[in-house]
Formats: sequence, structure tokens, C-alpha cells
Amino acid sequence: MKDISLRVGGAAGDGIASVGESFCRIFSRNGFYVFGHNGYQSVIRGGHVWFQARASPERIWSQGDGCDLLYALDRQTVDVHAPALRQGGIIVFDPEKFQVPPEKVPAGVRAFPVPTLELARKFSPQSILQNAVGMGACAFLAGVPFATLENVLGDQFRKKKDVLEQNLGAAKLGYEHAQAHGAASDKAMPMKGGAPKLLLTGNQAIALGAASAGLKFLAQYPMTPATSVMHWLAAHATQFDIVVKQAEDELAAINMAIGASYAGVRAMTATSGGGFSLMVEGLGLAGMTETPLVVVEAQRSGPSTGLPTKTEQGDLNMMLGASQGDFPRVILAPGGAAEAFRSTVRAFELAEEFQTPVLLASDLYLSEDLHAVDREELPLDHVPASLFAVPDPPSGSNGYKRYLLTPSGVSPRAIPGQKGLNFIASSDEHDEAGHLISDIYAGIPMFVEVRRKMMEKRMRKLGGILRTTEPPKLEGPANAEVTLVGWGSTALPVRDAMAILSSRGVAVNYLHVRQPFPLHAEAIAQVLRLAKRTLLVEQNYTGQLGRLIRAETGIDLPHKLLHYDGEPLYPWQVVGKVLEVTGRVAS
Amino acid sequence: MSLASAPPKTAGPALKVVYKSSTKPTWCPGCGDYGVVASVERALSSLQVPPHEVVVVGGIGCSSNLPHFLSSYGFHGLHGRAMPVAEGVKLANHGLHVIVTGGDGDGWGIGLGHALHAMRRNLDLTYIVMDNEIYGLTTGQASPTSTMGQKTKSTPQGVIEEPVNPISLSLAAGATYVARGFSGDPKQLSDLIAGGIKHRGFALIDVFSPCVTYNPLNTFDFFRQRLYKLDSAGHDPSDLVKAHAKALEWGDRIPTGLFYRVERPTYEELEPALKPGPLVHQKAGLQGKDKVLDEFV
Repeated sequence: MKDISLRVGGAAGDGIASVGESFCRIFSRNGFYVFGHNGYQSVIRGGHVWFQARASPERIWSQGDGCDLLYALDRQTVDVHAPALRQGGIIVFDPEKFQVPPEKVPAGVRAFPVPTLELARKFSPQSILQNAVGMGACAFLAGVPFATLENVLGDQFRKKKDVLEQNLGAAKLGYEHAQAHGAASDKAMPMKGGAPKLLLTGNQAIALGAASAGLKFLAQYPMTPATSVMHWLAAHATQFDIVVKQAEDELAAINMAIGASYAGVRAMTATSGGGFSLMVEGLGLAGMTETPLVVVEAQRSGPSTGLPTKTEQGDLNMMLGASQGDFPRVILAPGGAAEAFRSTVRAFELAEEFQTPVLLASDLYLSEDLHAVDREELPLDHVPASLFAVPDPPSGSNGYKRYLLTPSGVSPRAIPGQKGLNFIASSDEHDEAGHLISDIYAGIPMFVEVRRKMMEKRMRKLGGILRTTEPPKLEGPANAEVTLVGWGSTALPVRDAMAILSSRGVAVNYLHVRQPFPLHAEAIAQVLRLAKRTLLVEQNYTGQLGRLIRAETGIDLPHKLLHYDGEPLYPWQVVGKVLEVTGRVAS
Repeated sequence: MSLASAPPKTAGPALKVVYKSSTKPTWCPGCGDYGVVASVERALSSLQVPPHEVVVVGGIGCSSNLPHFLSSYGFHGLHGRAMPVAEGVKLANHGLHVIVTGGDGDGWGIGLGHALHAMRRNLDLTYIVMDNEIYGLTTGQASPTSTMGQKTKSTPQGVIEEPVNPISLSLAAGATYVARGFSGDPKQLSDLIAGGIKHRGFALIDVFSPCVTYNPLNTFDFFRQRLYKLDSAGHDPSDLVKAHAKALEWGDRIPTGLFYRVERPTYEELEPALKPGPLVHQKAGLQGKDKVLDEFV
């Protein structure tokens, strides 16, 4: 695959992510597909952080394998990342800061000194301008015309004219230095000038999807990697008239969202596994009171505080079983930013149609990394339906039953403020009118029957959800040596791995389970029964989706690639496992 | 669509409003909470608020069942979490009157954090705590307001924790209407509740509401012997320092009435997204707003 990857590394506070994002934007603006991975730690200053910006004229989904340019702001970056450099790779470093010993330079790679600090000092005594110099040098090495870099920096600093001038000047010196002293990378990618791609994080796609679906109320407590959902919506709150409430904790966040939804607006909360643990009781409350609710669960490495800045898909079991008792729920697990946008819109539709909570399962990798999508993939044409399902009854009518028993299990919903439809939503078991049957009626035969009927009414919704949602589709060729099976963000490295395998003549396809619950068990069983071989790919220790599939279909997936080290899954890891499973390489 | 959207608290033509629900309270005979639900009915009737413009939110506990015994809209949520539900309701439709009801365990125990934060936000909510100094529905354990030394099923040797002081806490947290009532005095209580509903901002009404089954200490007689009225004693409810001093009175003489009231902008008034009116009536979605995508180029 034709691609180029720039990796930049240094300490937190060095502006690493900013350099990486600018590189992503240089390419996405010029019609390239891009992926930006931010490898960071739970520190604000110091430590080691790195960013990989990968670009290709073809569709790419992940950070890819290895890099071609390594801009090292410190010696540790060379130690950690030089082994990732591919043939023809270049290490950009400032000899004033450190030297790169020859033994650290892999074969086929060159170390290219750039006096970033010295050149930066021509504009400002502040060392931060070294990044502009470094970017200028890297831009040349990547084959980027200076005007293109100028364009991106111009936007980045458009509000600070003097800062912009300094940055442009410094970048130009870096660019000219590289031009005078070094040859561009073999991977240099000529700018093709296609329609600009949109560059956004998974969380931005989710926030945008929510706003498009008609979100009016977000309650959230900050927790990595869900926090930026709140950041984007807060930044656009006055523009779109959305109430963004930072709650005192996750217990409050989910209960506020439930209250707002009960009162008739589309409401959402977002968190990670730890916060979701606190929301568990609230999830059941939404199920019992039949209140539509969307909960974003952006997973990170657990258990407990785990690795707050590292990724994992370890919360599927929790999402499946969260809260006491049985109630209908939906779990959607998009793979990619455009899918996250669509799934969020769908989450609101399902929550409303079935009056029950919908979980949108993301993870740090999907939520925080940068994805490039085509503008057409984010259509903002969704028209939110009216929530006032029940018309005002004629005056004097007193027969409204909020929890009317219906064949679908869904009852007509009234909104507080509607005259004559007053009802009570109760966390206790209740009858059709909402009156509780938990105290003086509990255990009385007539109300034993009511309990049974209410339980069945709620659970009937699952059938409707299965009928109105699409079963997972096989991606890739129908005829394949191996059928990969996964969910959520695993799709990203898997799709890139499929392209690599295809170029090597190995036909694989991928069953992307975008809706882990309710699971389209029959459709999945059909695919798995026809598969020559299967390989379960998940980013957790126990193969949680695999267990679910076995429970629902009786089919075991014996070959597994389970990844739980906190780092994103790399395409080469999938490729390696496929070659092993097909007997091409020894295990 | 007759959804409440007009700003609340406007005087209308006198109408007969019925707040009594067809559901009969399930409290023990003689429970203090009967006096509270009657006072809520009386307060709402006196304010001429139509029942469909009222949402009563309860948590879990004997007193938290109160929403079932009124004919308004209601939400009977989780233990300790009535307040955030009410906050969500209010922010979604600030045209509604939102009343939160619960007990001392629900509000001053498991839900304390939510109560304090709601107070500092000064949302226009009315919070009625039926304080019986005991856990009743779970059959008689110590509550956060149980008296030091009181023997309960969970503290057979006597309580060894200081009780929380709901009035002091609420004053410190920034509630803008802080009152105490007694379910044995429904006239004063309904006035305090009506005052709280009329008040623009967060109103707390802590109510001594004796548990006749599990609390032999804090009985109707206990309170009748000790309570006196702040207004009769010339208390100035605009004075925060004096309110704090009055909140500390306990023992032979315990004050009831309005401790403190102040006008401050409410959260709803300060929230920019509510400027165009209640959220529930606003346009939703991003149709025609494709320009927002430009920021991702």
C-alpha cells in the first residue's frame, strides 16, 4: 500500500500532538486519507509521548505498521521508535540536544541532523519554535510543498498574527535547511489536490452525530477517553442551543440525562468504564421507566483505574450485564469515525423508538485518534422526529396508560406538561398506569400476573430491535481462507490487515459485529458455519465477544488473537496471526 | 399541544385544582408524611398551578413514595438520585414546577452530594425533606440525622456519630430559600412549601415528620414541646449570619419557619442554551448547518 508515516516523539508539553495533527491536516486537506494516533501518558508535563501521522491516497483505517520519518525531540524517542522505521526511513534530530549513535540507526535508515534550536532562536528565545523548524524539515522530506504547510499553519495560528509570522519563518528555515542538506524520503507523496477530507476524532464524530440526531442535553463527568465528547459539545452549546452540564459525578450525570429525557428532550451521557460502573443502577432505571437514553462508553484499559490513556475493549461483559434484573438494551459498536457518526444517530433513533437505553461502545483508540472521512460520510440531514407521540386527549379523558401493554412492548409516550396525560414513571415495578405494585400489591395473585406481563412487555422490545436493525455484514471477499470476527474499533487494523493479506494473495474476510446486543445470532451462525476457518480478534483478555457468540449460537471460535497490552492493535499482528492460522508460518 | 411553556408562577383565574391521586398513601397510620402530602396539595392549590405543569420527583424510602399520592406528573427514581433527575427535568423544561421529595436517608445520606451541588447551582427547584431521623422502610436503622446515643437496629449500643445539620448544610451550600417545617403544623408547612415554590431559586424545606413505628425518640410530642416559630421571634430571614446562628439551635428550643431567603440568578437564567425558551420546545438537529463541518477541514 502506498502510504507515508511521520512519527514525532518527545515529552508531554513539547507540543507533540500539535505537530502530529498539523501533519495529518496537511494531507487530509489535500485529499489524502489519514490516520493520526496519539500515544500519550497520564501526565501533563514530561514522560514520553508520541504521535503517528499516516497518509495515503487510498483508504486507510489505522496507524499502520512502522514509520518513514521520525522527528525525535529527545533521545528517548530514538531509543523507543527507531526500530519502527522502515527501509529508507529518516530520523530528524537536533545535534545540539543529543546525538544519535550509529548503532541506534537501523539498516537502510539515515539520521538527518537539523539545527532546530539554532534556527528557532533567530525568531524567538523560546524553544517551542523548534517544532516549527522541525515541521518545516519534515515537510520537505515528506514531499510537501511549503505553500501547503503554510496554509495549515496559517489556520492554526490565525488568531495570533505575530505567532503565525514567527512560526512560518521558523518553518521556512527548517524547510530550506532540509532542501539544502538532504534528499526527500523515497516515500514522499506528491500532493494530488483532491477534495479535502474531514479530519476528526471518534469522539467528535459521536458528538456531531448526537447533535445531528437532535441532542439537546448532555450531562457528563470528565473521564478519559470520553471527555472530548463534552469538550466538542460544550464548544458548540450556544451555537446549537444544547445544555451541556458537567455533573458532580457519573451517578448524577446519568440521572440528569434520564430526567431530561423523561421531560421530553434527547439526552445523552458519556463516560469510560469506571464512570459507567457508577452509572449501572441508572441504566436499569432507564430500562424500568422506559426512558430513552444514549450512553457513550469509551473503554480504556482496565480493571479499576487501569491504564487511563491506553486502549482496550474489556467492557463488553459489563455492558451486557450492567444493572440488576432483565431489561432490553442495545449495544452498538462502530468501527471508524463515519460509522461512529452513523451509529450515534441510530442510537438515538433506537432509544426513542424502543424507549430503552442504548449503549454506544467506543474505546480510547476510536474515540481519541484522528480519522479522515469524506464529507458525504457525515450527512447532517437527519430530521429528529417529534417526541410527542400521544396527542392531547379530549378534555375530561382520564384513560391514559403510560405503560399500556402492546404487542411491540412499546407504549405511547407522554411528556410532562401535556394536559390530561399525567403519569408517574417508577423505578419500582408498576402497572400499565404507572402505579407501583411493589408494596401493598406485591405477591397478590392479580399483581403477580401484572408483574409477569410488564416484564414480558419490556422484553418484547428486543424482538423488535432485532427485526429493525441490520445483521452484521461480511467485509471482503465471500470466499476466504479465514473469516475474522471482531467488534468496534478492531475493524480498523483488521481492514488494513485485509489489504496487506490480499496483496499477498491471502483472501480473508471480516465479520464486523457492529451490534453486539441484541446479537443477530442466526445471521452470524450462518456466516460462521460457512467459514473455512475463523479467527476471533478482540482487544481484551478473555475474548468477550467470542463467549457471547458461543452462548448465542453454540459456535466456538477456537483461533483467537486477543490483545490487551494497552497499545492499539497493529495490522501486522493480525497479518501474522492469519499466516499462522493458515499454516503459512509456524505458530 | 398544551405543553407548559409559559414562565411559571403567573396568576391565573381561580380554578379548582385537584391534586389528590386515586392512589392512597401506604404509610403507617399516624405517619408524619400524611401531613406533608396534605400540605403540598394545599400549597399547590393556593398557587393555582395546574397539575400537568408540576413534576414531583422522589427517591427511595417511605417518604419518597409521595409522588404516587399526587395527581401531577411524577418520577419515582433511585435511592439518593431524585435530585439529579429533577435537575434534568428542570433543564429540559424550565416551564414546569419541579418538586423533589424524599427522606433524611435519601437526601442527607446517600444523596447528600447531589443535594449540596443542586443548592449551589440555585436551580429553581423545591426540595422537601421528610426528616424522621430514622430509616423506616428498611425497618429502623440509624439515619444521618439520628441523635447521638440513639439506639437503633444498626446501633444497638447507641449512635456514635454526630448528626448532620440540614439547615446549616443548606445555608453553607448556597440554597437561596431555607426553611424548616413540622408535619404537625400543616398550616405553617403549606405556607413554607408555597413560599418555596414561589421562590425563584433553590428552596429547601426540611420537615420534622415523625416515624411512629421506628423512632420512639423524635415523636410528635417531642417536637411539640420544643418547637417555636422564627417569625414570631422576630428573625430576619435576609440575614445569613443570623440564619446560621439559628440553624445551630437545638435542645429545649428548636426553631421552625424561614431561616433565610435571598434572590440570586438561577441556573436556568444563566444557562445560555435556555435563552430561546425551554429546551423541549426548541428546534433540534443540524439540518442546514453543514458549515459546522468546515472546522474539520
